[in-house]
Amino acid sequence: MRKGRTSFFASRWGIILVGAAIGVVGVLLRKLGNPPNMGICVACFERDIAGALGLHRAAPVQYLRPEIPAFVLGSLIAALAFREFRPRTGSAPIVRFFLGGFAMIGALAFLGCPWRAFFRLAGGDLNALIAIVGLAVGIAAGVAFLRGGYSLGRSSPARGAVGWITPGVMLGLVALAFIRPSFLLRSESGPGALHAAIGVSLVAGLLIGVLAQRTRFCTMGAVRDVILARDTHLLSGVLGLLVAAFLLNLVFGFVRFGFSAQPVSHSNWVWNFLGMMLSGLAYALAGGCPGRQLFLAGEGDGDAGVFVLGMLSGAAFAHNFGLAAKADAVANGVLQVGGPPPNGQLAVVLGLVFCAAIGFAMRERWEAKR
Amino acid sequence: MTTVDARGLSCPEPVLLARRAIQALGAGGDLEVLVDTVTSRENVLRTARSLGCTVEAEATPEGGFRLRIRQA
Repeated sequence: MRKGRTSFFASRWGIILVGAAIGVVGVLLRKLGNPPNMGICVACFERDIAGALGLHRAAPVQYLRPEIPAFVLGSLIAALAFREFRPRTGSAPIVRFFLGGFAMIGALAFLGCPWRAFFRLAGGDLNALIAIVGLAVGIAAGVAFLRGGYSLGRSSPARGAVGWITPGVMLGLVALAFIRPSFLLRSESGPGALHAAIGVSLVAGLLIGVLAQRTRFCTMGAVRDVILARDTHLLSGVLGLLVAAFLLNLVFGFVRFGFSAQPVSHSNWVWNFLGMMLSGLAYALAGGCPGRQLFLAGEGDGDAGVFVLGMLSGAAFAHNFGLAAKADAVANGVLQVGGPPPNGQLAVVLGLVFCAAIGFAMRERWEAKR
Repeated sequence: MTTVDARGLSCPEPVLLARRAIQALGAGGDLEVLVDTVTSRENVLRTARSLGCTVEAEATPEGGFRLRIRQA
């Protein structure tokens, strides 16, 4: 029975149905209170958590989103149930921290991670198309590095504590979300003020965590595997998400096609492209999209946990240093195109330089020569 | 028989290593790939089958998997 379920989740229909389920849950979360075209956004939600913890002080984006800890805990539950919980670490954690940081800076130049790019597209936001092309270009660059011998090295089995720290911290975040101590910051307006009820977010996140752990759902891997080996397995899951989210958005009347003044987004093509290109490259070099990093952390992967901490820190820097993009705005009937301020543009370029340097420096052949 | 040790490597490195080794095999050639996660096991299985190989997977005592791959 256990084997039967495992092979279903590893099958083509398994990944398609799980992708579709994630699409449905994401749109339902938006219907039940999450921000428009942001039913699920791993980067945005981690940014909101960084805000809730006071790691940055951008008032509109502070809320302890239960979906993120629930993703990790759902994955933990599935990994324990199927005996796949394996504490491990030691594959260049410091590099993974900075890849996480720059992945977040790229995500906040676009205003979303790959998950949100697909949810935005499913809501008619055509800027997401530009971003997805940028994502694919970044991932293609990552694949070129991988083909050239790039590797972050092997992880090793570790003691239990290594695997339990991230899930433990996430359990603590869930507790804080319920207790709501006074030090926790909370947006009164803006995207951070829009959210589903805690219990709804928690159950939705747990469900996605379980399903994604079983199927290895990964929005970066979807594109990478096609470029690397013409393997469309993971891509079919992402397409399942896109189609299901689009159809449910149609049912709820959430679809509005266009580029300008889409919800929590900007129509600056260059930085939508470059922001997601940076993110795509960083995810490819780290071996997983931001969601996948959470699911891996739930399976006991300490290095993935470090990547998540890198993303939280990146979000804090992005808002403390004024790097994050501003959304499009309409003032007196005139459209003001948003996008990242000059600091943010510089940070994206720095991130691309950092990732390229890592891509070259972490080649095994290079090291072997010395 | 060639052994590819992909234990501890992040996605997609096990697939890349296995793919290269399979492509270097002649008809009837075989090799084994060691991996340490179910994810890597599934990914290498899928890759080997897509390259026309037969694969047998078995669990190893240390909690990983040994994949015996034979080129048809």
